[in-house]
Amino acid sequence: MTFRYDAAVAGRGVDVAFEVAAGETLALLGPNGAGKSTVLDVAAGLLRPDSGRVELAGRALTVAGAGGRDVLVPPHDRQVSLLAQEPLLFPHLSVLDNVAFGPRSRGMGRSASRDVARRWLAEVGIEDLAARRPGEISGGQAQRAAVARALAADPRLLLLDEPMAALDVAVTPALRQTLRRVLADRTVLLVTHDALDALLLADRVAVIEGGRIVDHGETSRVLSRPRSRFTAQLAGLNMLAGTWDDGAVRTATGLRIEGTPGDPAPAAGADVVAVFPPGAVSVFLEPPGGSPRNALPVTVTHLEPHGGQVRVRTTELSADVTPQAAAELDLAPGASACFVVKAAEIAVHAL
Amino acid sequence: MRRASGIAAAALALVATAGCASGSASGVGETTLTVYAAASLTATFEQIAQEFEASHDGVDVALSFAGSSDLVAQIQEGAPADVFASADEANMAKLTAEGLTAADPVAFASNTLQIVVSPGNPAGIAGLDDLAGDVDLVVCAPEVPCGAATRRVADAADVELDPVSEEQSVTGVLAKVTTGEADAGLVYVTDVLAAGDAVEGIELPESAAAVNVYPIAPVAGTANADLAQEFVDLVLAEAGQSALRDAGFAPAP
Amino acid sequence: MAAPSRVGVPSWIFVPAVAGAGFVLLPLAALVLRTPWARFLDLLASPASTEALLLSLRTSATSTLLCLLFGVPMALVLARTRFRGQGVLRSLVLLPLVLPPVVGGIALLYTFGRRGLLGETFEVLGVQVAFSTTAVVLAQTFVALPFLVVSLEGALRTAGQRYEVVAATLGARPTTVFRRVTLPLVLPGLTSGAVLAFARALGEFGATITFAGSLQGVTRTLPLEIYLRRETDAPAAVALSLVLVAVAVLVIGFARQGRSSL
Repeated sequence: MTFRYDAAVAGRGVDVAFEVAAGETLALLGPNGAGKSTVLDVAAGLLRPDSGRVELAGRALTVAGAGGRDVLVPPHDRQVSLLAQEPLLFPHLSVLDNVAFGPRSRGMGRSASRDVARRWLAEVGIEDLAARRPGEISGGQAQRAAVARALAADPRLLLLDEPMAALDVAVTPALRQTLRRVLADRTVLLVTHDALDALLLADRVAVIEGGRIVDHGETSRVLSRPRSRFTAQLAGLNMLAGTWDDGAVRTATGLRIEGTPGDPAPAAGADVVAVFPPGAVSVFLEPPGGSPRNALPVTVTHLEPHGGQVRVRTTELSADVTPQAAAELDLAPGASACFVVKAAEIAVHAL
Repeated sequence: MRRASGIAAAALALVATAGCASGSASGVGETTLTVYAAASLTATFEQIAQEFEASHDGVDVALSFAGSSDLVAQIQEGAPADVFASADEANMAKLTAEGLTAADPVAFASNTLQIVVSPGNPAGIAGLDDLAGDVDLVVCAPEVPCGAATRRVADAADVELDPVSEEQSVTGVLAKVTTGEADAGLVYVTDVLAAGDAVEGIELPESAAAVNVYPIAPVAGTANADLAQEFVDLVLAEAGQSALRDAGFAPAP
Repeated sequence: MAAPSRVGVPSWIFVPAVAGAGFVLLPLAALVLRTPWARFLDLLASPASTEALLLSLRTSATSTLLCLLFGVPMALVLARTRFRGQGVLRSLVLLPLVLPPVVGGIALLYTFGRRGLLGETFEVLGVQVAFSTTAVVLAQTFVALPFLVVSLEGALRTAGQRYEVVAATLGARPTTVFRRVTLPLVLPGLTSGAVLAFARALGEFGATITFAGSLQGVTRTLPLEIYLRRETDAPAAVALSLVLVAVAVLVIGFARQGRSSL
């Protein structure tokens, strides 16, 4: 069920090409106005591109400007579901019937489609809200119902449009966990401007800026060593994967990093990732003695200017220091150093 | 001469209080004589009013034409009429019953019904008996004078009429015939004449059973009692009568 | 429900507001005062009155159904599609809103009348529209249709298309989207549109008398009966007017009830 996208919409200055392999989640990361919504509209069949081709599992969904006959499979016939920022649950239907809408529309009987809906409500953890009206549940619950509804339609491709953007920050970690679980093994195109969504939900990231894809690759690579200005500003994040062990992340290389876990806290032994920005890192030549802070021994690989500061790079991590400090420390590629970060600056996310 | 545009008594009263219909608006020393007349008198009374103005310096005749019953209702509600000319005696009787006439009404003309058909008479109507057959006949509703007359004529001739519509007014009947919706209608001789080439009239001897008499009277409480009586006199004089004759009216019985 | 805030309403505004309300309500009160209550029931029980009332209700209901049948698709096309000349078409279709009904009647006459554009077609089919109850329904539908189209188009535009897009991506065909999403979402607008159309049809006079004629039990609806009754029996006309007012109030009240329970 590989999704291939290569289309140009001249009016909006958007011309991008990418692929989402079967069972893979691709995050389309970019600032507002970069062309993310245009890509979604074309993928969903709501917008006809000036030229290009969109296909899913070998079936042409949109073909334009290729000289032959244009193809525009209507939205309902694409098996492409869209989950938007807002839940957009149909206000006149119960939560159960909202989720049953997809199966019903595909010709399933009333009670069979409700059985499917109940299973998906259980999957997202809100089976007890089945009889409620959308107006009677919270925003987070509604978005869960919307996730269940999108999945119950059994799409071959799921489009997620900033699914967390309109939610209270207090409920996003839990929904993110749910999405991680239900999106596994599905073919998903996730549009977001939040690097954390990309980090936690996507296998690969494509960065879109000014209507062009400026960077793409493995999520950890794109986010930790960004090639585009946007990702650098937004991301450039330090990420260290490991397991959760008594309040700290233990990495494969044996480092122990104390951090602040999200809510709910990960279970002991769970796979987690420690995330912190380069600006939170202080650089020393020797580990400072008696400090409660995390001290990570590193070897500098290169130095580069970064917005009036100097970004100190190692194979895995980055730190931002003033040019003055860089000179005083006599930092150069190959030099040994120690990166020091407060536990409070390190966010720990379950994977 | 001006025609008052009064449709409802209320509207007329508003206009009057605004000073538009009173004599003062038309210049110093001018008097306005307001004449309410049945709609079928429109052409003749405009002519008579002109002659009246010509022989009465400083007098302006304001004419208001509508269905007789509408006019009676307006006068009952206090509309400022000086003279009332009705298309039938029943409506005039409503006024006299309430003492709203300044003098006894006088009959000044009469009118009889005629069959009206489209030009060329496509349905081949020859007389009253043909109307009882399979034709689309339009008549006035029995509630209005022309309808009452229609009923009397039919009863006298012992013909059962089966109209497809009973219209509110003569105009309604004429419109249905001129547009070709109806095959035939029953209206007054004068209406047929006034409609010109748009219709054809067919003599109806049976109409003698219902001769419609037009009475006229000055209205009680008029500020221009003398002028009102002079207008009535002009209608009854040769000048008025010849105008009425030209329009197809018969003399009063 | 909490009492609405009075912030932003200057106190002097109540003077013209009350005067305006009085302007509407006073004539209704006058009607009630002039009603011959002693004869009221007898007047209503007369065959002419009951036939006129029943004819009015029957034709208005039929017209409302026709308005729904044609008006809903019209509103949908106007609100959800774009094509050249749409603005002009909308203005023309809504023209009966501002046309004097008599003009509407004349226009219908030249369309469906015997010598009208479609008259001969109907004649061949053995259908005579003129002077039939069908003509009344046509006249009422003609004047009432824009009311439904206007209120429904507004409701459709307000509702937007976001829910419809979601429904489509869930696999719903356009007909399913229309039936299960669009219609339920605009139901309040549809209801008020239908009520307006019914009320307009109930009060229709000018186009009917011009186009359909006036015959008891066939084409003489309540407004026509009232107008005719004035000729001979003004109090009876007042009593019938009151009935028409009562029916209108009932319909509007019923619709409000229905909307608030949604």
